[in-house]
Amino acid sequence: MKRKLNMLYLILIYVFLYAPIVVLIVFSFNASKSRTAWGGFTLDWYVKLFHNSEILDALKTTLIIACSSALLSTAFAVLSCIGIYALPGKQRRLVMSITNIPNITPDLVTGIALMLLFFFIKMPFGFVTLLLAHTAFNVPYAILSIMPKLRQMDIHLYEAAQDLGCTPGQAIRKVIIPEIKPGILTALILTFTLSIDDFVISYFTAGNEVTTLALTIYSMARKSVNPQINALSTLLFVSVLVLLVIVNLRSSRQLSRRRKSVKPGVVV
Amino acid sequence: MNKSLRKLSFPYLLWILIFTVVPLLLVAFFALTAYDSNGNLYLTLDGFRNVFGGETVAFSFFGLSLQLPLYINVFIRSLLIAIVCTLLCLLLGYPAAWIMAKMEIEHRRGSSILLFLLVMPMWMNALLRTYAWLALLEPKGIVNNFLGLFGLGPVQFLYNDFGIGLGMVYNYLPFMVLPIYSVLVKISPSLLEAAADLGADPRRVMLKVVLPMSRPGILSGINMVLMPAMTTFLIPDLLGGGRYLLIGNAIERQYMVSRDYTTGSALSIVLLIFVLLSMQIVSKNTDPDADEGGLVA
Repeated sequence: MKRKLNMLYLILIYVFLYAPIVVLIVFSFNASKSRTAWGGFTLDWYVKLFHNSEILDALKTTLIIACSSALLSTAFAVLSCIGIYALPGKQRRLVMSITNIPNITPDLVTGIALMLLFFFIKMPFGFVTLLLAHTAFNVPYAILSIMPKLRQMDIHLYEAAQDLGCTPGQAIRKVIIPEIKPGILTALILTFTLSIDDFVISYFTAGNEVTTLALTIYSMARKSVNPQINALSTLLFVSVLVLLVIVNLRSSRQLSRRRKSVKPGVVV
Repeated sequence: MNKSLRKLSFPYLLWILIFTVVPLLLVAFFALTAYDSNGNLYLTLDGFRNVFGGETVAFSFFGLSLQLPLYINVFIRSLLIAIVCTLLCLLLGYPAAWIMAKMEIEHRRGSSILLFLLVMPMWMNALLRTYAWLALLEPKGIVNNFLGLFGLGPVQFLYNDFGIGLGMVYNYLPFMVLPIYSVLVKISPSLLEAAADLGADPRRVMLKVVLPMSRPGILSGINMVLMPAMTTFLIPDLLGGGRYLLIGNAIERQYMVSRDYTTGSALSIVLLIFVLLSMQIVSKNTDPDADEGGLVA
């Protein structure tokens, strides 16, 4: 009985979490323009979506920004992590706590602060400011994903590589990078997703010239009912789902590999 | 590690100076300056004067009525809504976290898919999640149609405290469940058995063992819900129809509509100090080595 009540409670929570998403998806196939009344099945909104140049442009910008800021911030974070790790303890802790600042300041304030920066140095708002802003908020997350892996690795390997004749550059490329590769992948996926997902910081730093998907959706959602938003949301939802499934399969494979190597029954 | 590697951190030091430290200082700078009619900067306290003074409006709370400056009023109201929403998330989320944790402890599996389903909406744009509620809550929306079947309604869900509160609870619930869950799964079942063997009934086990042990998770959940709930401008904008002013919208409007950077920055500074202080209070109560309940990717 108690078990059943527990299950019922969980089901209700998940209904609460998924009802809006399900409604959103169902109504992306709705022939009537209404947000609430069903008028038959159609794929029209998807067709219209792919002919909507405003949305396609926004999608292009979003993807370019997400890819480039993910690559830039991760590459930068790899080098920075190695450098930070080599710093003496006290300085390292200071740098890491500054790295944490964007984590604890509200998005709203981060967005405004970056906007004021670009405004102050009179940089015209547009693609460049958007890319810089995304990279700026991504770098700390990339560092926080890579740093633990660097800490886990045996740092003597780096010295051993050099003793055996590697140049520092080779030692980084052939020893450190492969060791922290899982962290680098996590950083890439995380920063890419954060960038795609971001609304607040783009809102303040994009200006009027460029627009991202989130900004377009925001202005569309405020104006009127538009089932194209539903179609777009559905596509985004499915992409996030696929991405997450891939990530989870990867990490659960890693986990089971790790579990095999430890004593059975130990909670990892 | 090799000292020569240290220089790899120098570009990063410059980077955080430019993109983390300077922007925050600039917010403080803009809060204390304004442009005169000739476009010259001058020092002023007008921003803060606008925040703490200015026109007053009536603030009523449980029958208590006060005349407060406009922004203080907005501030208190945002804080109250954020606190209520955090408490609701805790009340709704704790049992869910506990049930899931028990499933994991007892069966060693089964909760991973639930966990996945919980994280999933967190990766979707908050904008879309909030937009989705519009269709459900509209006066002629699905919920009202459903109520209509029983001869109830229509109920005005949107553009009031209810709509905004619901949007917040919906958006932030997973952020409360996850940290609590991650602390609860680590509680050893033998501890619960021991408590039961020593004569504690299930209620006492819950109150005296489980609840105290899950404190770090609760605090980290509060941290992850209270701040975004306090500062969001998206949710009041969409579900409040833009008519409903919370501190997030108030700040956004100062910058994007009235272009009053001075007042906007002053508001941001006050908000930032407030948020950092309240986080300080929360994290002071957390064990320093128990922050694993944080970010789950």
